[in-house]
Amino acid sequence: MSLLTAERIKLLSTRSPWWCGLLAIVLPVGFTVLLATQVNPTNAPGFEFTPAATQGTASLGRAVVMVLAALAVTSEYRFGTIRSTFQAAPQRVAALLAKSAVVVVLTAVIGAVVGFGSWAVFRALHSGPDLDLVTAADWRSVAGEVLVFALTGALALGVGILVRQTAGAVAILLVYALLVEGLIGVIPKVGRDIQHWMPFFAADRFLGIRDGGDDLQNLPLGPWAYLAYFAAITVVVLGAGIFAAVRRDA
Amino acid sequence: MIEATGLTKHYGRTVAVDNLSFTVAEGRVTGFLGPNGAGKSTTMRMVLGLDRPTSGDVRIDGQHYHDLHQPLRTVGALLDAKWVHPNRSARDHLRWLAAASKIPRARVDEVLDLVGLTGVAGKRAGGFSLGMSQRLGIAAALLGDPRVLLFDEPVNGLDPEGILWIRKFMHRLADEGRTVFVSSHLLSEMALTAQDLVVIGRGKLIYQGTVEDFVEHATESTVLVRSPQLDRLRDLLRAEGSEITEITEDGDALRIGGVASAAIGELAAANNIVLHELNPQVGSLEQAFIQLTGDTVEYRTEEHRSEEHGAGEHRAGEPAGNGEVTSG
Ligand SMILES: Nc1ncnc2c1ncn2[C@@H]1O[C@H](COP(=O)(O)OP(=O)(O)OP(=O)(O)O)[C@@H](O)[C@H]1O
Ligand SMILES: [Mg+2]
Repeated sequence: MSLLTAERIKLLSTRSPWWCGLLAIVLPVGFTVLLATQVNPTNAPGFEFTPAATQGTASLGRAVVMVLAALAVTSEYRFGTIRSTFQAAPQRVAALLAKSAVVVVLTAVIGAVVGFGSWAVFRALHSGPDLDLVTAADWRSVAGEVLVFALTGALALGVGILVRQTAGAVAILLVYALLVEGLIGVIPKVGRDIQHWMPFFAADRFLGIRDGGDDLQNLPLGPWAYLAYFAAITVVVLGAGIFAAVRRDA
Repeated sequence: MIEATGLTKHYGRTVAVDNLSFTVAEGRVTGFLGPNGAGKSTTMRMVLGLDRPTSGDVRIDGQHYHDLHQPLRTVGALLDAKWVHPNRSARDHLRWLAAASKIPRARVDEVLDLVGLTGVAGKRAGGFSLGMSQRLGIAAALLGDPRVLLFDEPVNGLDPEGILWIRKFMHRLADEGRTVFVSSHLLSEMALTAQDLVVIGRGKLIYQGTVEDFVEHATESTVLVRSPQLDRLRDLLRAEGSEITEITEDGDALRIGGVASAAIGELAAANNIVLHELNPQVGSLEQAFIQLTGDTVEYRTEEHRSEEHGAGEHRAGEPAGNGEVTSG
């Protein structure tokens, strides 16, 4: 409990998490507004007006949340406060789990605001029964952002603990999430199959987001299995980070 | 009390700390002395469980750091005053540290007051001067009212006023019965601050004991004698002297070690030797320190290398410098 309080104070007493948090919300919700004002059934006949379609820009917020989470630990390495952290809590596993918990709660809250915020602004501009949250799949698309953002935060924190340097961690995370996963699909023959096992592809399939019109038939996993897969990757990366931090000299 | 036994740390092929054993007593200020790169900071990080020893062991009041319950209440440390998030206020920095060890909020304001930072507690720590950062670091170390305190070069870069403040502070902490372990690479500073010394060079123990013993034994006192009958005096001294450790020519004078000036004066008078000068000289602390750690200094200049005189191996607990004969 005391470690959770300490980590909460640490996270919220500098400005960068606030800026990142704000950006992580404003960016996707803002682009959703833009999207909503641009599309209508006549100019975009292929566009499905479903709750899942309102979440198309959430990945922007996810990218910013990764920066937030990575910074939460790399800034500690950068400024040497990680030593004070481990001095106060020599059981490093406990200290880092407390940090993970705080980051996960914050990113989950951001995920909730992004998910419901994007959906709400879209629906405000396109009133109609299609955008109501009716089925379980509808809820999964919108409320599911809470889980996806929370796991994304934990995953990025794990990378941050492993890499320890802000620039390195942020570069790896953003290049991977924004470029690598998309480009893998370009590899002839096997590309698509590999892509089906990429973590953020998995997260998007859980949310039920359409993938640029490409066929999403014959996917290896269903939505919840994809979430479990994404969660497993997160646990492995975060676990590896914590394991490394325990073994290494601070 | 801090007890290190056979403490060793390798970083790749660098041996930072080499089979180091020492104890730091409570109620006293113990200086941890060694030239740059001697392994002082590494040792302190191992005491705090931040770096894992390659071998050996260090305990605080009989316990490993890892086994301490809420360790900030037992051990406070200032390793580097700059280890603060620059955009966090001094108060918030102390607040999270306090929270981690269930230290009451009120204690934060108390230590801020103690180090005189109350007025700037809400300001971001990144804007602090070195002296202020140092005070914040000390406040953090004192937060849990610990029995054991470690300070790594706390006076580095401070102005005389700041140095004096820290020195007095250390004394006060020791007088309250705490264990105070403070590193420095300046013997002259430690001579004023510490009562006990642990001296290391290249990761190895050179001396452990009181400052007085170290200063007394490590600094050689010699007597400079000027006389028109130097040759006779030298012969007499040689014939006399079992205690004489050194006779060297110093221009037209003799430098004699191991004999008091009075004895030399009496010897001269008894043999009708005219003395023009009889001048007892105490070697400087820094000179002694350099000589002692002479062959253990990690980074040295060429100039130093050439004027180096074999200081030899020194056993722990035995101040080096005595028993050494350098006859010219
Ligand atoms: N993390 C590290 N990785 C590799 N080598 C290290 C590390 N920390 C220290 N060293 C090496 O270990 C040796 C001892 O360093 P240390 O910082 O402990 O010395 P010091 O006595 O504190 O010196 P100074 O007076 O300059 O602070 C040096 O050779 C240093 O280069
Ligand atoms: Mg050092």
